[in-house]
Amino acid sequence: MSTPQEHDYIGLSEPPPLEKTSDKLSTSCSSSKVSAENEGKRGVLNLKETELRLGLPGSKSPERKSVNGVSLFGTDLKDEGNNGFSQSHLKGFVSGAKRGFSDVIFGCEKWGLCVNGASEVDFGKNDVLFSPRGMNGGSKNGNNLQSCLSSVKEIGSNTPVKPVEGKKNENGATAPASKAQIVGWPPIRSFRKNTLTSNLSKNGDVIGKSRSGCLYVKVSLDGAPYLRKIDLKIYGGYAEVSSALEKMFTCFTIGQYGRGLSGQEGLTESCLNDLLHGSEYVLTYKDKDGDWMLVGDVPWEMFTDSCKRLRIMKSSEAIGLAPRTMEKYKSQK
Amino acid sequence: MLASGLSELFLWLFSSSKDYNLLSTRVPIQGAHLMRMDPNPKKPNISTPDSAISNGSTHTYSSFPDEVLEKVLSLIDSHKDRNSVSLVCKNWYNVERWTRTNLFIGNCYSVSPEIVAKRFPRIKSVRLKGKPRFSDFNMLPRDWGADVNPWLVMFAKVYPFLEELRLKRMTVSDDSLEFLAKSFLGFKALSLSSCDGFNDDGLNAIATHCMNLTELNIQDNVTEDIGGGWLSCFPDNFVSLEILNFASLNSDVSFDTLERLVSRCKSLRVLKVNESVSLEQLQRLLTLAPQLMELGTGSFMQELTPRQCEDLEISFRNCKDLHALSGLWEVTSPYLPALYGACAGLTFLNLSDAALQSVEVSKLLAHCPNLRRLWVVDTVEDKGLEAVGSSCPLLEELRVFPADPYDRHHRHGVTDSGFLAVSRGCRKLHYVLYFCRRMTNAAVVTVVQNCPDFTHFRLCIMNPGQPDYLTNDPMDEAFAAVAKTCTKLRRLSVSGLLTDLTFEYIGKYAKNLETLSVAFAGSSDWGMQCVLEGCPKLRKLEIRDCPFGNAALLSGLEKYERMRSLWMSACNLTMKGCMLLARKMPRLNVEVIKDEESDDSQADKVYVYRSIAGPRQDAPPLVLTL
Repeated sequence: MSTPQEHDYIGLSEPPPLEKTSDKLSTSCSSSKVSAENEGKRGVLNLKETELRLGLPGSKSPERKSVNGVSLFGTDLKDEGNNGFSQSHLKGFVSGAKRGFSDVIFGCEKWGLCVNGASEVDFGKNDVLFSPRGMNGGSKNGNNLQSCLSSVKEIGSNTPVKPVEGKKNENGATAPASKAQIVGWPPIRSFRKNTLTSNLSKNGDVIGKSRSGCLYVKVSLDGAPYLRKIDLKIYGGYAEVSSALEKMFTCFTIGQYGRGLSGQEGLTESCLNDLLHGSEYVLTYKDKDGDWMLVGDVPWEMFTDSCKRLRIMKSSEAIGLAPRTMEKYKSQK
Repeated sequence: MLASGLSELFLWLFSSSKDYNLLSTRVPIQGAHLMRMDPNPKKPNISTPDSAISNGSTHTYSSFPDEVLEKVLSLIDSHKDRNSVSLVCKNWYNVERWTRTNLFIGNCYSVSPEIVAKRFPRIKSVRLKGKPRFSDFNMLPRDWGADVNPWLVMFAKVYPFLEELRLKRMTVSDDSLEFLAKSFLGFKALSLSSCDGFNDDGLNAIATHCMNLTELNIQDNVTEDIGGGWLSCFPDNFVSLEILNFASLNSDVSFDTLERLVSRCKSLRVLKVNESVSLEQLQRLLTLAPQLMELGTGSFMQELTPRQCEDLEISFRNCKDLHALSGLWEVTSPYLPALYGACAGLTFLNLSDAALQSVEVSKLLAHCPNLRRLWVVDTVEDKGLEAVGSSCPLLEELRVFPADPYDRHHRHGVTDSGFLAVSRGCRKLHYVLYFCRRMTNAAVVTVVQNCPDFTHFRLCIMNPGQPDYLTNDPMDEAFAAVAKTCTKLRRLSVSGLLTDLTFEYIGKYAKNLETLSVAFAGSSDWGMQCVLEGCPKLRKLEIRDCPFGNAALLSGLEKYERMRSLWMSACNLTMKGCMLLARKMPRLNVEVIKDEESDDSQADKVYVYRSIAGPRQDAPPLVLTL
């Protein structure tokens, strides 16, 4: 994975460890290399890691369990539908830094290669929002797609992003390998995408799959423009859920937190934790009775039984939420 | 049918009213004399077959009083016919505007509320459309415009007896909804399709104040989370609801309230609930309202006891008038048979929220021989489409949506063979929307041979610029066949690898084409020029990511005034080109949506539309009107 390019793109200074690994990475983007890179990055500025993920998602730090369908640009995502939204959030990171054309194309090429060999880390599955720049319009050769790449834009901008060269149109080209996501393409409305992707994850390929096999609840983050849905059944406990949510909503929290921190390397993983579970936000849920409760008080099973909806709310708004005791629960059964 | 009969009547009216001017001196239509245009006799401004007669010949008394004309014209519903009628002569223009009760405005910025108010004094029902269609795909800034409020303000002044309001792609704030609810006492029907900007408060106001509401229809909602409290705002004595559709709202509504509402609204014929309503609850609703004609279920995912299953089955069977079914979120095969009892009468089955597999859908469709319209997800795959072909011979419309638009799960989806299978079995097919990952020219050619009556052909090969997967040729031949064979074609969406040849064919053969959507296609300006020069009935042209530049844009100068709108994004347009267009055609609004980081000289997104209201005043900063 082309880390350095991403840094250029974002405009942040590169920490030394990352630069060392960059050479290795520039030659290949296999998943093993990526893990190596992640190892090297662990403990260093998580802000960058997150940004990278947002820029070219797919790299997950080993300690973070790859939870199905949870990563920001992973499988069942509502935000594909709102491409424009995710991009506008990325703007916070981009901060106007323009990406060098050659950097991007170079990076693109690798992506084109990577995507085909979809790994567990699975770049291919992720929505790559890179945007080659500088390909001037007006190239009126017979190569249609090439000439279509006239208005290539920044990731941060809310405009069409061009697919990888894997799709460059020679007549002999077979189905394009790129999984790049272009704004507004395919032309489907957002609401449709949401329903279908969640349906897909549920039904899978098995006919008559167990109906009680999943427990999808909506998760909202105060201030975010769209909600997410997660399947509580796939988590083993609170720690996993909170980790998953943290990853899911990182871009928003970073966006608010990171603006003042651009270029700073002080934001570590633990800070992120704090963001979600400490001073900034609290995780709450709505139970069967319609009451908003603080997450974490009751045993996990009880929680999944009664949780209808999750909300990550600002601590300032969480005044008055009383932890529910076991007794109260029992008495209501 | 009425229209054609009427046009003959008009001809007769024409020929027998020897002197149009005499008509204008007859007894004025109820109060019309106050608003009448220039009463001085003038020649009609359109040449007619009988113009020779009206030129200075002896003036015979015409037996056509305005009252008759008024009576006749008030029978015309089609706004297109009415527009034609109003062009006949000044008198007809007048009579028409006084008898028009349904207002249709396809582009809210093409005319201003004031102009509308002046022309049409007696409007009862309004249909208003706002943003260009690409706003559905997040290609417009959020505050682009199309606010309904100025319209509501005018309506409240001039049409206090307004009964129906149907909005599409407009921004509707809570305040607007409240204003609406309080301003029109007899308000009956509200339909919001792809609208944004409103929330609980707005809906609360509607439910609270609209005493005579018969329809509340919210489709393809774009807004954020809306609470469910609005349902409880309907007063206890409120019984007039006939259409209730909140399927696309993600509110959690109180089922008790819903149940009571359904039970007391005996005229309810359309009920589309959202996912928050469970199967068990649905069964109770069906028991209360077996008269339903259109049903949108809630979530189908719930463990039911055998007894409950039976009850559900019975309830569905008792809905003898059901002809449209949708919803079915998370439906799984064990519960599909519950629907079978209601399937015989179904003409519209919307499975686009239910990712069914081929076996499931085959079994289901075997019970639906009368289907005219079917919407499915491509999880049914080609096999499922084969079942469509064999089970639904009366099918007229098919829409296949992709379950996995970004190809993350690498599913097979549907292909050319499924398309062929449907066309073989459903010869009456005239509307298709088909999302696929591979297609061949040969398949499309055969499809349109099997079904030459296509009026709407929307094929979306999801990988931009993808050629015929067997021959690697461009898909030109496919769309050429569509244009040539389907003479009734009104709407076309093209995709795949396409050269200018496609557009040459479209320009040459698609003489009835009204809407064309193009993406990642074409080779040069010539392509777009062919279309602009060749399609006489073209009204809407939307283009994205094509190599069309200023030359192409400027080749359609006069054309754009005959069209509703043109959208071009990510093409080769420059600001200079757009400014030239704006300068040459003052009656067009040329709007450029600037992309913040792009070159100042490039025109990234261009929206051109005709307007008699002049440039709009409410454009956000990113939208430049040239």
